[in-house]
Amino acid sequence: MNGILAIYRREIGTYLTGSTAFVFVAVFLLALGVFTWEIGRFFDTGRAGLEPFFQFHPWLWMVFLPAIAMGLWAEERARGTGELLLTLPLSVGEMVIGKFLAAWTVALIALALTLPMWWTVNHLGAPDNAAIALAYLMSALMAAAYISLGAALSALTGNQVMAFILSLSVAFIFTAAGLPVVLSGVIELFGPGAAEAVAQVSMLTHFEAAQRGVLELRSVIFYVGLTASFLTLNGLWVAARRTGN
Amino acid sequence: MLTIRGLTKRFGARAVVDDLSLAVAQGEVVGFLGPNGAGKTTTMRMVCGMTEPDAGDAMIDGASITSDRARAQARLGYLPEGAPLYLDMTPQGFLRFLADARRLSRDAFGDQQARVTEALELGPVMHTAIGTLSKGFRRRVALAGAILHDPPVLVLDEPTDGLDPNQKRAVHRLIAEISGEKAILISTHNLDEVETMCSRAVIVNRGRIVDEDTPEGFLSRHPDRSFAHIFAAATGQHEDVRA
Repeated sequence: MNGILAIYRREIGTYLTGSTAFVFVAVFLLALGVFTWEIGRFFDTGRAGLEPFFQFHPWLWMVFLPAIAMGLWAEERARGTGELLLTLPLSVGEMVIGKFLAAWTVALIALALTLPMWWTVNHLGAPDNAAIALAYLMSALMAAAYISLGAALSALTGNQVMAFILSLSVAFIFTAAGLPVVLSGVIELFGPGAAEAVAQVSMLTHFEAAQRGVLELRSVIFYVGLTASFLTLNGLWVAARRTGN
Repeated sequence: MLTIRGLTKRFGARAVVDDLSLAVAQGEVVGFLGPNGAGKTTTMRMVCGMTEPDAGDAMIDGASITSDRARAQARLGYLPEGAPLYLDMTPQGFLRFLADARRLSRDAFGDQQARVTEALELGPVMHTAIGTLSKGFRRRVALAGAILHDPPVLVLDEPTDGLDPNQKRAVHRLIAEISGEKAILISTHNLDEVETMCSRAVIVNRGRIVDEDTPEGFLSRHPDRSFAHIFAAATGQHEDVRA
């Protein structure tokens, strides 16, 4: 636990003393505002709810979170500090979890800064607050999945830009798999069973129910399972440096 | 204190380190010499748990680096080649991070930080971002990190590279001061340093130890030759010699 805390403190310190996290949070909030108010036509829905706000979360997380996670391991390798890290008496698991939690904290801060939107809809009407709380919770879990994906792929390269492109590409697959256009194509080619299977690996699919205020256990399991899987891969890829270097 | 037994590492078909064995006792400072590509850094990385050996083991103060890595690493201080550092941190923050990672208590950290800060004359830069420091200061910060937890075994890869003569002398003095209680393995290209700092020198070439003696022993065996020439003859790589 102390090892996780040591890594967490170092990483969160880097985010907070550098400009990356501030730029990320500012641009994320700006983009979310534009999407919600302009593209989502928040006021045109005529309802006190946050559906236009939440519907863009998967896409914005997909772009922004790989940017937050890209340096977690790639920068260690580029600077040579990975060598120092791997010679400290820490387990790979402690390093992986410490770094993941630091990046997730930045995402949660960004999410927390959108809470005034919740206050706003309560001021305008009587929204379903339980549904909004659920959507926030699922958005946080979805962010964890995107970050673990980005962190794992960051361990494969010493180039942050390469890590970002790789993470964005894989994140896009895990997001776009739930788009109607993709699913109708899969139905045509492989049938409805295959389309159902493809839909189940999409961040979009699992977030849709939450936006309607429906808590689906399989969606929670999906996000938690995906996060755990990528963190495990992350650990394996970091540990592989010991044998392959 | 440090016992290396049959360490072997292959990259593809090529054995970079080939059945290398070496012991460094408490109070010894052993110079680890060899031309570029001789396997020095790979050996050090295996000793420190950064790289897994294909065969062999290293015992750090009684703990095996292959089967009890965390315990072995807790007893070891390592200065990697190039002294990599987190440039966004201050020396104070960097040492605090290492202390946390090594589970030093707050009191122990305070005492050790004061000791290494004074020994390496880091006081004036403790709250300055490492990225803005000179190469000499950075090297000293990295060295401070390696000795912060007062480990019984030290592995230092080119500890004085990039330091000016005064700073080198300070590092030599520091190593002399702490060497009585520790086993120290130092990789260096500077043969003058071997004569100044080391109680014994080991010359490696193509992953194997090709010669081993005290600096005086080497010179007494070849009274008409400099240590640089002895090194060059042992490795057959004259161009790497910097006397």
